[in-house]
Amino acid sequence: MSDTGPGPAPGPHGVPAAHAAFTSLLEDNAEDLYENAPCGYLSTLLDGQIAKINGTLLSWLGYTRDELVGHRYFADLLTAGGRLYHETHFAPLLNMQGEIGGVALELRAADGTRLPVLVNSVVKTTATGQPLLIRTTIFDARDRRAYERELLRARQEADHDRERLQRLVTTLQRSLLPPALPEVPGLDAAAHYHIASADEVGGDFYDLFALGGERWGLFLGDVCGKGASAAAATSLIRYTLRAAAVYDADPAAVLGTLNTVMHEQYERDGRNFCTAVFGFLSPAGGGFTVTLAAGGHPAPLLIRADGTAGYLAMPTGPLIGVWDDVTFAATTVTLNPGDTLLLYTDGITEARTGAPHARYGEEALRDLAASLAPASAASAVAAVIALLDRLGAGVEDDTAVLALGVPPQAGTP
Amino acid sequence: MGSMGSGGAVERNNVVLRGRADGPVVMLAHGFGCDQNLWRLVAPGLERDFRVVLFDHVGAGHSDLSAWDPQRYATLDGYADDILRICAELDLRQVVLVGHSVSAMIGVLAVTREPERFAGLVLLCPSPRYVDDAGYRGGFSQADIDELLDSLDSNYLGWSAAMAPVIMGNPERPELGEELANSFCRTDPLIARAFARTTFLSDNRSDLPHVTVPTLVLQCSRDAIAPPEVGEFVRAQIPGSRLVTLAATGHCPQLSAPDATLAAIASFAAVSAR
Repeated sequence: MSDTGPGPAPGPHGVPAAHAAFTSLLEDNAEDLYENAPCGYLSTLLDGQIAKINGTLLSWLGYTRDELVGHRYFADLLTAGGRLYHETHFAPLLNMQGEIGGVALELRAADGTRLPVLVNSVVKTTATGQPLLIRTTIFDARDRRAYERELLRARQEADHDRERLQRLVTTLQRSLLPPALPEVPGLDAAAHYHIASADEVGGDFYDLFALGGERWGLFLGDVCGKGASAAAATSLIRYTLRAAAVYDADPAAVLGTLNTVMHEQYERDGRNFCTAVFGFLSPAGGGFTVTLAAGGHPAPLLIRADGTAGYLAMPTGPLIGVWDDVTFAATTVTLNPGDTLLLYTDGITEARTGAPHARYGEEALRDLAASLAPASAASAVAAVIALLDRLGAGVEDDTAVLALGVPPQAGTP
Repeated sequence: MGSMGSGGAVERNNVVLRGRADGPVVMLAHGFGCDQNLWRLVAPGLERDFRVVLFDHVGAGHSDLSAWDPQRYATLDGYADDILRICAELDLRQVVLVGHSVSAMIGVLAVTREPERFAGLVLLCPSPRYVDDAGYRGGFSQADIDELLDSLDSNYLGWSAAMAPVIMGNPERPELGEELANSFCRTDPLIARAFARTTFLSDNRSDLPHVTVPTLVLQCSRDAIAPPEVGEFVRAQIPGSRLVTLAATGHCPQLSAPDATLAAIASFAAVSAR
């Protein structure tokens, strides 16, 4: 392009470019603009009868003007499903609002092929507001609809995957807990597991199992973390404790074995330590003797036959798996008729109560136990379930409870 | 009986009472797709002489969406039960029930269960079965219904985006007020899909002969959803019923031909409720 100084650049025939643009605008007359617009134009009577249609839409549909104008209705151009949608949503909305936009429909061409479109309609009215006719513009939406279908499919798949994950989590969680507590003659046992998240396996665990010779083992605890690694650790803990219980009669030694096994793993990956209470149970007199040891775990609650309740006086003990040289201490407690021992994980005491920074706390749990006392194992667990319900979303972590109660003797209140 | 949420039927179904407090009761039940706004051109004309009861089906309009239960609303009986609960809660008697589209069959179920509560039944554009069957033409095939479900899904994206509270300011059409665009016919896509399924896959042909209250069948001369022979079928199956064909196009004559629809309902209700 030669340098002609300031002013409009010349067009191909020496005419200034702005002038050329103006000339071509004159060529683009309204009639041509309507007929060959890059979208479909359709005018219908209020009942949907086709009154006017542009060339673009006719070419999309493969009809002649005479086949449609005065003979067919807008709904006739739609697929059967689209017609239902038109009658139940589109037409009533257009009537009530005077306009409607961005509705996805499919047109059916003369040869039966389908054309995905986006449709906008307005009702043209007289100066006094009387509806006269409906003007509709139709946009080819093949690419867009293909993309939207992908989005829809992805969403449906995501929903499906989530459902599958939740099923898997529930199944896995169930496999880590005893399917039912064993029958212990002279003792009532009850347990509950509260799952805080349907998407992730929690790390709480409990068990009660027979050892033969009128002895039973029991444990309850909490693995640090959630998800697959917590599930794997829980599995390791269960089998280690069950095996150790066969060879050792001292709960402190059983926890020592668990610590050795857990620490080996912890050394490798620095994950998955746990807290736990482990105990042995055997009948004595009219009740049971329980020897317990704890590792980093809050002491169980004793709900007594005399109507009082309190935490067992026993050392919390070190976390399990973090250090290699630790010792645990055993405590012995007698469960008399009417007494119930409640083991729990801190999901309940750490639950938010609604007030800022407020947690439910150990004191509140003890007060609740005292208000229940005396209580059977089943009613103590039922009270905890009711409490979890009341705290609702405030319970942010999984919670496990295990209650062991000696039924009151006949004749005692 | 399952729990039905905190409020009663009146709150759950967003019941609106209008018109003459001591007038005979006309209850207007909307169909699949929109909400009680569909009666906006007909209800005012009824208010002079009648007690007009409007409501939204659970899942539609301003009903309590939390009360929607896939099991309860998997059949039309759940919806019919809601109508009976509204009637019981408001102690409505001698009710003339007007059911549009799918609500026509919901109305059939309601009056069959408690005939003593109703003075009359108006079936506006009814269809006891939408899918063709041996010796019966409902107008649609199973594939057509699947296509509708597909249409609902296709408009799902638009719906979710439009959920943002865009307030319409339209000085030329003040009646729109602060109503959201398309809100009359918008609901949770999952609910819409379930309602579509319940509506278009139901078969109530065998319920028709059990209707014992005076019944008026109102159909349009050209209805893409309920063909004329379906209206005639309904009339033939309900003992003593009358069929009137309105000179109206489409499936919503209360919008496309409100005066004729109003006149037909009002004259029937005036006679029935006497």
